[in-house]
Amino acid sequence: MALAVGLCRPEVICAYPITPQTHIVEALSEMVRSGELARCAFINVESEFAALSVAIGASAAGARAYTATSSQGLLFMAEAVYNAAGLGLPIVMTLGNRAIGAPINIWNDHSDAMSMRDAGWIQLFAKDNQEAADLHILAFRLAEALSCPVMVCVDGFILTHAFEEVDVPAQPEVDAFVPPFEPAQVLDPKRPITIGAMVGPDAFTEVRWFAHDKQIRALTMIPVLAGEFRARFGRDAGGLVRPYRCDGARTVIVAMGSVNGTIEEVVDEGRAAGEAIGALDVCTFRPFPLEAVHETLRGASRVIVVEKNLALGRGGVLASDVRSALGHEPTRVHTVIAGLGGRPITRVSLRRAFDAAIADRLDEPHFLDLDARMIERERERFTKGADS
Amino acid sequence: MTAAELLSVAAFHEGKHAQAFPSFGSERMGAPVMSFCRVDDRPVRLREPIVEPDAIVIQDATLLHAVPVFEGLDVAGFVLLNTRKPRDTLGCNDLVAKLPAGHFRVVAANDIAEKHLGRPLANAALLGGLLALTELVSMGSLSVAIRARFAGKVGDQNVAAAAEAYAHVRESTAC
Repeated sequence: MALAVGLCRPEVICAYPITPQTHIVEALSEMVRSGELARCAFINVESEFAALSVAIGASAAGARAYTATSSQGLLFMAEAVYNAAGLGLPIVMTLGNRAIGAPINIWNDHSDAMSMRDAGWIQLFAKDNQEAADLHILAFRLAEALSCPVMVCVDGFILTHAFEEVDVPAQPEVDAFVPPFEPAQVLDPKRPITIGAMVGPDAFTEVRWFAHDKQIRALTMIPVLAGEFRARFGRDAGGLVRPYRCDGARTVIVAMGSVNGTIEEVVDEGRAAGEAIGALDVCTFRPFPLEAVHETLRGASRVIVVEKNLALGRGGVLASDVRSALGHEPTRVHTVIAGLGGRPITRVSLRRAFDAAIADRLDEPHFLDLDARMIERERERFTKGADS
Repeated sequence: MTAAELLSVAAFHEGKHAQAFPSFGSERMGAPVMSFCRVDDRPVRLREPIVEPDAIVIQDATLLHAVPVFEGLDVAGFVLLNTRKPRDTLGCNDLVAKLPAGHFRVVAANDIAEKHLGRPLANAALLGGLLALTELVSMGSLSVAIRARFAGKVGDQNVAAAAEAYAHVRESTAC
């Protein structure tokens, strides 16, 4: 990922270390120090809030800016996250998806990305490390074309700490795909302007309308860029959604990120046994591709959303968006909450859940591999405590 | 770089597909850690931890009876254990008997590493032993992977350690 980011010729990198993103930023700092990454300033700061603030300043002054964080770090910079989007700054961020505490947990789930889903950043989810690299290249191009910040979500540890084969594109190819940054507006002492001024009730709604419209326009732009990427680099990366064996599928599994690899294996096994099953990888989560999801899923009688998020008191986050996309379709939608805090998602467990869903025996939402004995034990403990 | 990562790079050099990743325990040094490696002729898509290994390499023999290290091992699986002790003194004779002959082996990888590298960094030696046992990838590919990671003399020393462990496991039929 550091190589992919480096190929995009960032001019300012400012990031604060946090598990599981640390080594990406360390690698970039080495590249800057050695001169391998030329004309790039690597700025050390005291916090994530500072990191994104510096990136905002750099981007506003016309520099291609990059940062990276996870979990608590993203929350620490939350104010700046909304700021960057509101100011229309094309900052690219790597988000090494990690659970949010309390309780403290360093392992993977998507709760961090979910916390910022309405901030106005484009959120892309990588399926594997090849796509993680490719999405960064797409991200810089998309961000600058739209004047909108982009978050590339990469599953912590599962992808960030995995070794797998990756084709790293050549510099000339990346240069052709990601031209030099031409800011829509820039802070320049020679031509002073104000950006980020106060907006009152008389215009705030209109400003937000434009921000919303920008996200809607991204829905058109993303597939176009994905097509261009495919033509130039010879492989698929990004796009809105990626169906897998959905033709004629009666049951479709919907998910984001690395779990799609495991899901494909389950789908193949199902298909080999004559089951009409497919999968849908939602690569772009924000803006949510309502139409693309609707199109792919409308033929299915049953959809099982496997997600690494939990909206407390409500249920699935991705599942809610999928339900919206399906509108009035009679499709059954199940929510499987899986992988929270880094719990492995196994083929065996998925298959068991899918079978239960297909037999209409699955609770809603279903917590994959929930340890019922542990729950019972803890409940007893609370009750005893209350009585004594 | 862990042994699993070196192994995945060696497989890659041989035109195979590979994936290596750690299991995610504590962040402190000294805590038990597992790393996994999948090697296949087709692209590896699975993201779950390996629960049914074809081969297990145990770098720290003190974990032998502290943690269920052999859980899920294939009936024809391989075990390579880093220890100076003779195999039949380890309390694993049941498993040794269940596995095919010659599949459960020990190698004093720390000593081999000490000899070639001056430090008990056993990764390369253990990989050499693993290749002798499983023929998963060639020693040539492993050497390429080692030298890509460790430049100059250190690379040579690691390759030598791997080669010695390879020879040891290859030649001795018992232990």
